[in-house]
Amino acid sequence: MNLADMLIGCAVMFAVTYATKAIGLLFVKKPIKNKYVKSFLYYLPYSVLAVMVFPTILFSTSTIWSGVAGTLVALVLAYFRRGLLVVSVASIATVFLIEMCFMLLA
Amino acid sequence: MRFSRGLRDGLPIALGYVPVAFAYAMGAVAQGFPAWFPILVSATNFTGTGQFAGTNLIAAGASLAVLFATMLVINIRYALMSVSLSQKLDGRFPLWKRLIVSFGVTDENYAVAMQQPKKLNFSYLMGLMGCSFAGWLGGTALGAGMSELLSALLTGDAAAWYDILMSAFNISLYAMFVAIVIPPARGDKKVLLLVALSIAGSCLFYFVPALHSLPSGVDIIVVSVVCTAVLAFLFPRKDEEDGQTPGDTQDKTAADASGAPSADEGGGQ
Repeated sequence: MNLADMLIGCAVMFAVTYATKAIGLLFVKKPIKNKYVKSFLYYLPYSVLAVMVFPTILFSTSTIWSGVAGTLVALVLAYFRRGLLVVSVASIATVFLIEMCFMLLA
Repeated sequence: MRFSRGLRDGLPIALGYVPVAFAYAMGAVAQGFPAWFPILVSATNFTGTGQFAGTNLIAAGASLAVLFATMLVINIRYALMSVSLSQKLDGRFPLWKRLIVSFGVTDENYAVAMQQPKKLNFSYLMGLMGCSFAGWLGGTALGAGMSELLSALLTGDAAAWYDILMSAFNISLYAMFVAIVIPPARGDKKVLLLVALSIAGSCLFYFVPALHSLPSGVDIIVVSVVCTAVLAFLFPRKDEEDGQTPGDTQDKTAADASGAPSADEGGGQ
């Protein structure tokens, strides 16, 4: 990563993000009617997040074992509808504990 | 609907943003970015999932076309919120005010603004968005500063502990996304089917060597657009569900109540 990559990358992120946020407020005055378009927009975020998370989350930490453990904790807590912060912190703590055990045993 | 009322409504959002922005900045520094980079991104983007994905792609050396397309797919829901927010503004919104309000569109700001019974005025929105933005930017700066400081000060054993902590922070946003996706998937079979299809597609791209070698981000765009199009075609939502957007589902509300920002969710900023 050099400086130009970071600055240009950030500029692209800003341009796209701002454009999506502004387009409705600036140009669209009437609600979208087409039910397929509305359904697509409604469902899309869930699919995007699912693709982003799996299977990458398993390999996001130093070892696969801590990744799997952190994922399981997140899944169980999320299933029982814990809030985002609780799930996130519990998952971080799990990864930390597993990797701490690895380090101490190594 | 005064500025101070907006500030008050924005405070819980800001408090929820701080730890998420903190985790984002820690993660970015852990990936090798200098401390100013996550701060710059937070100051210019003000979005959770988009920043996270964009920063990962830049770190992975993805092409600008992939970065552009991925950001578009992830953020496209804002267009929907932006449309619905435009219906709720009072009559005094010249172009320059609309340009400013656009920057503050996030899942949480949108959800809170839409809960107001009356039309929205500019000062209220400035209070709301200004307050939550302060939390977002402050949390990012805090996380970036802490990472930089700790990595400089720690050596030897302490540095090893720091590495473990950084590794643990790498999972934080993924875990949040799990918390966003699982509850609605549990409650709605169609969302569950979509999530299952999406994960299957994602695994295909990840584990099949020929597909894995494609530029990073291509999998997100292809899999999500195809899966979502199939689902929207097979199961278009009924009229009575139309009031909902990804930003204000029941599960989202539960997430808000916990004070956590949904980075994007169906959310996220």
